[in-house]
Amino acid sequence: MLEAYAQNLVYGILVGALYGLTAVGLSLVFGVTKFLNVSHGEFLMFGGYASFWLFNLWKVDPFLSLPAAIVFLLAIGALFYKLLFGRMVKLAEGVKIQNTLLIGFGLSLILQNLALRFWTADTRSITTFYSGAVFAFAGVRFPLVRVASMVIALVVIVALQLFLRRTYTGKALRATVENWEAATLMGIDIQRVYLLSFVMGAALAGVAGALVSVGYTIDPAMGMGWTLKSLVVMVLGGLGSITGTFIGGLVLGITESVTGLALGFTYREVVGLVLFILVLIFRPQGLFGTKEG
Amino acid sequence: MLKIEAIDAYYGDLQALWGISMQVNEGELVALVGPNGAGKTTTLRVITGLLKPASGSIYLDNHHLGKESAHKIVELGISMVPEGGKIFTAMSVLENLELGAFVAEARKVKDQTLKWVFEIFPRLSERKDQRAGTLSGGERQMLAIGRALMSKPKLLLLDEPSFGLAPILVEQMFEMIKEINRQAVTVLLVEQNVRAALELAQRAYVIENGRIVGQGTGDDLISFESVRSAYLG
Repeated sequence: MLEAYAQNLVYGILVGALYGLTAVGLSLVFGVTKFLNVSHGEFLMFGGYASFWLFNLWKVDPFLSLPAAIVFLLAIGALFYKLLFGRMVKLAEGVKIQNTLLIGFGLSLILQNLALRFWTADTRSITTFYSGAVFAFAGVRFPLVRVASMVIALVVIVALQLFLRRTYTGKALRATVENWEAATLMGIDIQRVYLLSFVMGAALAGVAGALVSVGYTIDPAMGMGWTLKSLVVMVLGGLGSITGTFIGGLVLGITESVTGLALGFTYREVVGLVLFILVLIFRPQGLFGTKEG
Repeated sequence: MLKIEAIDAYYGDLQALWGISMQVNEGELVALVGPNGAGKTTTLRVITGLLKPASGSIYLDNHHLGKESAHKIVELGISMVPEGGKIFTAMSVLENLELGAFVAEARKVKDQTLKWVFEIFPRLSERKDQRAGTLSGGERQMLAIGRALMSKPKLLLLDEPSFGLAPILVEQMFEMIKEINRQAVTVLLVEQNVRAALELAQRAYVIENGRIVGQGTGDDLISFESVRSAYLG
């Protein structure tokens, strides 16, 4: 029994890293632009299919094709920013959130149906020669690809942190999060900062999608579920903290997985949403957020 | 250096500025004084490009600023300290100052400028690794001014630098502004603290209900009857 819990704890952490990675992308975009892009999950789905087709058509190893998934999603992000989201920049904050929500919902439906049309409703997954590889430690199984995915997620998060803390552009992003007007007064072109953060968010979704396609499964309708989880994680972690958001992802993964074992996995989705409501009631600044003075 | 001609500006349908004209010459310290809601901050927002005027023109050394975006105007040499400072509280003091030197020209000489700013505000040097949110009110204002200086501006705009400071700090703040002006930075100062501003400035404009209603040397205006009765008591 204890072993089963340990096993589910591990599974929870492994999937939670991907929740975290996805939510960090959504949170980065929201923090900088105040766009709530609910088609973030569809961006993730596109990353998954990019990786899937590269593997199926040309036998490109899914881990090697990650850069391609990133470039693909950077382009998709830029396209939809120029076409749709970028037009919302000048609106007041509240209106901006509402309008981007509507755009995001619409876009999400369009992208889902495009994927359905071109790639069928089949559930897909990438099966490489090493897909079944597992190593065991103290009776707990660690599937190799999921562990590798988690490591990649961590590397991406650390790289993102370094970018935000060490580079001038990263600092410009953080300044814009705090106060776009003051950032403008520094000579920062916030239109460019908005575009950059949006495409970076899309690329993060792309990486996450590619990793999902190798350790789990993808299908055209998966997006909304991932968006929902990202929103839960964003609130759990507290806005504005990359590390907090990532840990929020781990918390959601673990909670789902462990309570799933205790209550039955039918309740898996419910658990996350209950957690979401509890946090909103008792700790609206998130588990790791602070109230800014 | 800065020349504003017949500016009208609106917030939506509401007209905030009516034909504002003023001029700031190189090396000067000019004050713009007036009551709350007179249009002082709006005037600064128009100069920095945060608010585009409906009509009129703004020149910086014969360069027309009307069509330039706000971030570009910083590059051209105008830097503003907004009311309340608006420092980046989640970032360190040093990061705030680095961001001040964001524009390419300023970034090249960042280290030298930083030394200069630390000479003017030694307190910032002591606290450079601290999170800016932990600073006191006076220190925050110093940081906001230091950050604006990091872009090596030709013209520094100060919006209510004395706002929210204790009287003793206000006096120090005005001393520092005087010192900055002495070091070849042209200053346009917006203040509600009229007497102190008029004593400090070489010239001043009085603004009321979005219109310039008086101008002259600081001393002239202190003795100017309507200013006396309205602001100085």
